[in-house]
Amino acid sequence: MSIAEVVPRYPKEKQKMMMLNGDEAVAYAVKQSYVDVVAAYPITPQTIIVEKFSEFVANGEVHTEFIHVESEHSAMSACIGAAAAGARAFTSTCSQGLALMAEMLYIASGLRLPVVMAVTNRALSAPINIHSDHSDAYLMRDSGWIMLFVENVQEAYDTTIQAFKIAEHSEVQLPVSVHLDGFFLSHTMENLYILPDEAVYEFLGGPRKLVKVKVEYFDEELDYALNPARPLSMGMLAFYDYYFEIKIQQVEAMKRAEKVIREVNEEWYKLTGRKYGDGLVDAYAISDAEIAIVVMGSSAGTVRSVAKKLREKGVKVGVLRIRSIRPFPHKTVAELLKDVKLVAVLDRAASPGSFGALYLDIISSLYNQKERPIVVDYIYGLGGRDLSPQLVYKLVEDLEEGLKRGFAPEEEVVRYLGVRE
Amino acid sequence: MSTQPTSKTRAQYKLWIFEPGKREPLPLIFNLRQLAEQRTSIMLPGHRMCAGCTAPLVVKLASFAFRGPTIVVSPTGCLEVSTSIYPWTSWAVPWIHSAFENAAATASGIYAAINALKKTGRLKYDHVDVVVFAGDGGTYDIGFQALSGMAERGDDVLYILYDNEAYMNTGIQRSGGTPKFAWTTTTPVGSVMPGKIQHKKPIAEIMVAHKIPYVATGTPAHWLDFIKKVRKGLEVNGPAFIHALASCDRGWRVEEALSVEVLRRAVDTCYFPLWEWSPETGYLLTDRSLAIARNPSLKQPIEKYLEIQGRFRHLLRPENRELVKQLQEYVDAVWEDLLRRASNAPR
Repeated sequence: MSIAEVVPRYPKEKQKMMMLNGDEAVAYAVKQSYVDVVAAYPITPQTIIVEKFSEFVANGEVHTEFIHVESEHSAMSACIGAAAAGARAFTSTCSQGLALMAEMLYIASGLRLPVVMAVTNRALSAPINIHSDHSDAYLMRDSGWIMLFVENVQEAYDTTIQAFKIAEHSEVQLPVSVHLDGFFLSHTMENLYILPDEAVYEFLGGPRKLVKVKVEYFDEELDYALNPARPLSMGMLAFYDYYFEIKIQQVEAMKRAEKVIREVNEEWYKLTGRKYGDGLVDAYAISDAEIAIVVMGSSAGTVRSVAKKLREKGVKVGVLRIRSIRPFPHKTVAELLKDVKLVAVLDRAASPGSFGALYLDIISSLYNQKERPIVVDYIYGLGGRDLSPQLVYKLVEDLEEGLKRGFAPEEEVVRYLGVRE
Repeated sequence: MSTQPTSKTRAQYKLWIFEPGKREPLPLIFNLRQLAEQRTSIMLPGHRMCAGCTAPLVVKLASFAFRGPTIVVSPTGCLEVSTSIYPWTSWAVPWIHSAFENAAATASGIYAAINALKKTGRLKYDHVDVVVFAGDGGTYDIGFQALSGMAERGDDVLYILYDNEAYMNTGIQRSGGTPKFAWTTTTPVGSVMPGKIQHKKPIAEIMVAHKIPYVATGTPAHWLDFIKKVRKGLEVNGPAFIHALASCDRGWRVEEALSVEVLRRAVDTCYFPLWEWSPETGYLLTDRSLAIARNPSLKQPIEKYLEIQGRFRHLLRPENRELVKQLQEYVDAVWEDLLRRASNAPR
């Protein structure tokens, strides 16, 4: 988060400071975002989002229809139905719930429905676990969702509101997931700034606006929605004659989303005085760094605070927090990391038999550079294991030592951080 | 319904256009000539359903009972794949398919959206009906959880099951709706197994157990009865469920020309009784089943139903007489039980 250099339309004194945990912050953002339909099923550590939002519904503070679905699969199905009927729809889940709705994730994006979902990142079973890692998030990487990872509670609030704007942008029309680490953020209280309701309403341009589509039957363009005045069919069967083109349109929309995420980040900055890097990545002390640590989510704070202390001691270490894993900003990442000597990628989930998912995207970003750093993958924090500052100090020490003696090509590039031997 | 959509397209492919605004419900027509003149199906010509399939009849007859603006949901199945081959569609009303097990949940989402949009003055209709047309796989089996959830929540959706008693879309595999002793490709008639060995789930009874406002059975062969029930299902405030038996000539191994006759026989033999249920009325027999209750001599033996279907052909072999007897006893027991419960059955 950067400090305001221009005077925002809503400076801090015009915002309200509240002490909320990450789940409450998301619920509050949804309340202010004029959401028509919420369909959700409880799962730890997401529950506070739906509990808090249920209070808003019970007290008549929102017009939202809350559907108490009987599973996460139905949660996403109901969001798809609601969004298809023209509503702004939201859900929230994680872990097993996300795995159960996996089928519908692809359908939400394939039907180009701008559903927004908060994912309180939690490890996947087995063994069953309720704490945070990114194994749930990684399973939806290729589902066509825009995936934004937040670092703190303020960002969870800010990003949830931004998510609606990004999803519904006429150039995008894709679902967006906002990822906040379970317990580390979902259950951690923080002071944060909340915008007045009208500021959020104005930022989002009021209720959801539908995009127009051309259908051969009608002379005029029509709303992309289930509308008895201009009927259209959604969720059609498309084989090898059309499927490819439809999917490529989705890929292109995801590419356009990069620009939109940047714009929305800037717009948010002008509105609130807060921004998160360029919206896609948030870099700290990268420009002259010899060692860069790439990280996502709540651990970024720990890593950055250690890096700051090491910088004071003259250690040339920088931090690159990836905020948007989809779309992945390959060019920006390459530009930022190409002159670094050594990159350590912190992956909070393993892909047995391969590398961490974030690592793969980082090395893909760098491979075509003439000069490129050595990139090492660290699997850390599985099942909610803490990434302590001590572990980060130890990591940097190892990296420095590695830089001095040089990395042998046969050296293991996937390492574990904080696992008992 | 406006008959003048803003289109250059040929007249026989008219969509159902309802401009926003208040309107009276479309009148229910019981006269065949008037129906033919004044109503078109929501399923347009050119679809790829098999010749002799009765699922399109279910849709067509149901649409004759529609009240006005309606959104239709279909799960994955024969009806869905055969009517929505991009870039064409057979649907004259707004229609959505998203997946196999979630038609009820998708419908719930649409219903919630309609409420939210109406509440905030963004939907300018006094009412939009939500109707699901789902097959037996998407209802008895993979879609049952979502259906039960929708019923429990009380969402105002009419769910019409077209039950062709197997996974016909994937090639006649047994489902929870397949009757006992039926041949399917996954319950083949072998030397030790006479087709499926379990009875079908009493799905309509299960929906009655949910205590929703309206449950009924019907067939396209009893079209007037069916249309009336669809209208009742739309008119109640809350979920309604209609179980329509819909023969599949491919899967049942029935002559195309007999696909309606076989449904008539399903009712005549009391294999598939026609009834309706609501919390206020309890069970009421309707149409032919009421006639049979009043005059039991009309009741046909189960062989009448079995003999025109290849899927039961093995039952007619002399060595399988015992199986037919078992089936007859089962049908009789279910029928007697229904007679005890139906308040309009003669005592």
